[in-house]
Amino acid sequence: MPHTEEDIRAMLEKIGVQTIDDLYGDVPEEVIYREEYDIPSAMSEIELRRHFKELGDKNRQLTVFAGGGAYDHYSPSVIGHLLQRSEFYTAYTPYQPEISQGTLQYIFEYQSIIAELTGMEASNASMYDGATATAEAMFMMVASTKKKNRVLISDTVSERVQAVVKTYGKFHGVAVTVVPEKDGVSDLDAIKKELEAGDVAGIIVATPNKYGIIEDYTGFADAVHAAKGLMTVNADPSTLAVLRTPAEWGADIACGDGQTLGMPLAFGGPYLGYMATSKANLRKMPGRVVGATTDADGKRAYVLTLQAREQHIRREKATSNICSNQSLMALYATIYVALMGKEGLKEVNRLSCDGAHYLYNRLVETGKFTPAFPGKPFLKEFVMKTDLDMKRVNAHLAENGVMGGLDLGEGLVEFAVTEKRTREEIDRLITLMLEA
Amino acid sequence: MKYYDKLIFELSRPGRKGYELPANAFGTDGAAEIPADLKRTEPLDLPEVSELDVVRHYTNLSNKNFGVDTGFYPLGSCTMKYNPKINEELSAMPEFAGVHPLQPAETAQGALELYYNLQHALSSLAGLEEFTLNPFAGAHGELTGLMVMRSYHESRGDHKRTKVIVPDSAHGTNPASAMVAGLEVVTVKSRPNGSVDVEDLKPLLDDTVAGIMMTNPNTLGMFETEIMEIAKLVHEAGGLLYYDGANFNPLLGKVRPGDMGFDIMHINLHKTFSTPHGGGGPGSGPVGVGKHLVQFLPNPRVRKGEDGKFFVDTDDRALGTISTFFGNFGVMMRAYAYILTLGKEGIRQVGPLATLNANYIKESLKDDYLLPIDGVCKHEFVFDGLKDKSTGVTTLNVAKRLLDYGFHAPTIYFPLLFHESMMIEPTETESKETLDEFIDVMHTVAREARETPDEVKNAPLTTLVRKLDETGAAKNPVLTYKALKKNAQ
Repeated sequence: MPHTEEDIRAMLEKIGVQTIDDLYGDVPEEVIYREEYDIPSAMSEIELRRHFKELGDKNRQLTVFAGGGAYDHYSPSVIGHLLQRSEFYTAYTPYQPEISQGTLQYIFEYQSIIAELTGMEASNASMYDGATATAEAMFMMVASTKKKNRVLISDTVSERVQAVVKTYGKFHGVAVTVVPEKDGVSDLDAIKKELEAGDVAGIIVATPNKYGIIEDYTGFADAVHAAKGLMTVNADPSTLAVLRTPAEWGADIACGDGQTLGMPLAFGGPYLGYMATSKANLRKMPGRVVGATTDADGKRAYVLTLQAREQHIRREKATSNICSNQSLMALYATIYVALMGKEGLKEVNRLSCDGAHYLYNRLVETGKFTPAFPGKPFLKEFVMKTDLDMKRVNAHLAENGVMGGLDLGEGLVEFAVTEKRTREEIDRLITLMLEA
Repeated sequence: MKYYDKLIFELSRPGRKGYELPANAFGTDGAAEIPADLKRTEPLDLPEVSELDVVRHYTNLSNKNFGVDTGFYPLGSCTMKYNPKINEELSAMPEFAGVHPLQPAETAQGALELYYNLQHALSSLAGLEEFTLNPFAGAHGELTGLMVMRSYHESRGDHKRTKVIVPDSAHGTNPASAMVAGLEVVTVKSRPNGSVDVEDLKPLLDDTVAGIMMTNPNTLGMFETEIMEIAKLVHEAGGLLYYDGANFNPLLGKVRPGDMGFDIMHINLHKTFSTPHGGGGPGSGPVGVGKHLVQFLPNPRVRKGEDGKFFVDTDDRALGTISTFFGNFGVMMRAYAYILTLGKEGIRQVGPLATLNANYIKESLKDDYLLPIDGVCKHEFVFDGLKDKSTGVTTLNVAKRLLDYGFHAPTIYFPLLFHESMMIEPTETESKETLDEFIDVMHTVAREARETPDEVKNAPLTTLVRKLDETGAAKNPVLTYKALKKNAQ
């Protein structure tokens, strides 16, 4: 706060009051807070740095073999440097397009990338995270199909995503029916039965699913479209460089979490929700959208468009209440994909997939682990069954600087491997687990 | 600087690379295990560019942007303060960046402690019992807060409370959030000064009302002087009071929403607590509640055990979960650093100096701009366009002309109470010199409106791009490079 005593005096004089307190003369005396706040005294930069370092040292840096919605992919150095351009991070939402072409253009590039990865025709400028994006997809399906008020979600969608979808559904008044899985994959017959029961606005499935399994969604879109519903696929966007896309499965909406596009684990955020759809459903899509246009001199330019859908215009008639989203993380994803390009993204998947299969084979070799879903294809994440006491195993791993697989209970453990994991790290993981 | 308008896709050359990855040392071929019909068959048209291409491209794009570091943002209700650099550095510390959100709590004590300390600091600053930091943004906080409100009534078996009262001067997110939360919006009219009309409110307060959403100071920057009366009436009618934290800045260090009778509030860390706006996020919208509502806050919660260790907790009575993990943790780190830098003494200056700055601009400009509500404002105020309406120069024209002079525009055409609204909020981090420059330019624009109105109407004249064809963009949406390429053919 740059004010000198002299500044304050001059400003008060201009305003015509004696003290700054006079500016609060309209506030009831009893609510003026005069006690001490329960926060520390001011810290200098030196003290602040020391405090953060002390806190940081209370975290353990682990070699991560867990996923569950957050994956330890590599973040190229360039991204951090470019994100530090303060013209990007200190900017407001680009409501003044003439001085915000930087933001608007990267959002346009981001939308192009998301559309390309998912195979869909249009993407918005980002959502909060994968779970809230999926909940918004549920609302979008209900809004698009009118008069129908029930959404099916396959039990193979991540538990965390399911939980948020259920919360949103409960309050908004959308019935969420969880369709039980069969052998780790979605059950098309059960879904068809629910569709026949009626009132279904759409279905939500995931690729890869919560067990890391790459599901075969042949026939799903046809079934739901025949029942005049829509299909949402929650997809890990990184894997879409190699796996069949939501559009190829016939989806109407693609959504998910962009954390896999090189974002640091960062204790859960900020990550990036994304959403893409077909042209037909574009105007029901929530969030900001950037479109290409030209300026008065015919120059190429970008602008926020289709704003008539949004809360600041439509208020309670808006399709969503989303306002601020995760713009800077959209820039993150854009730079990541630009650097990796189509070959790099495929290579990331190949390395993760090779490493995961190597770990899988090693685990089977120990005789202590058996595949939970034998024969089911996976990419970087998979589930094993074991009699080992995973609580003890994971505690031993943590003591040795390793985050083991996620304990799903009932003897199920979920491992994830990214391109960052080496053969030596995997071998060490096996050794540590066996000695625990 | 040379004008630059290429897309990253247009720099692409087949075979060019911007990355290096290790070789496969596993001796496995995982891809071979995936059946062909589960693989992508569509071509993947992504850029193939070098690292330097990427660096130059995005550096060039950044040069086409305006940020707080570029210049002054008098943007009402957006609280565009300076974003301290040290906070950026701390938030990127590898000791935090590498922590997996599902890591065992004993290996993430630093992250949990930070989350806990920030919860605690916000509670003290807001006068509320507890906060959750999980919501991702202000609107997400509103939604979460309204879910708390509904959970409270439901838990008491009070199922008919399905309405929420929202003043017509409220931010657009208020009614939209209520809609998403499954509440019916009842609009209460404002008095000419934007404050809630108590007489209009009274008949609305029946047993179907879940609560009221209020912004105090309201969107005209005026303190709701009858807040204690309103709180009493709403509580007596069995409703709860929600505080929209978008306008918390003028009260920070001076007045606590909890002490005014508010039961629930959200805070925009990217406004009041100086975390950067990031061109539209990531923000953070912590929600605080009074003692009677703590159990409804969303899971997961971060708590401190009797042994001094921090742990992740869930509560069966909670409204559910509203985020995959713990929200935008990186944003929380910055806000925490901001609070510690100011400390319990310095934070007392925030609201008062923000209020001083706003009143100073208002008093300095009311000769040329129409001030519909005279009197002391808080952190922001609204002009109803230029005083001299004969020139035909609109608020939009003035806003665009400001861009030519190197300032961001104010928030315009909001609130909806006036035709030519121009909402100005300077924040406390701007110096008197900057405010004086802005005041000078606003006077210059007013003079231009009288003397050379056409110039103002054609503004901006000097920006990198000029007036955009927004109608064309909406009529025929071109939202991807692919569509742009197709159109060009």
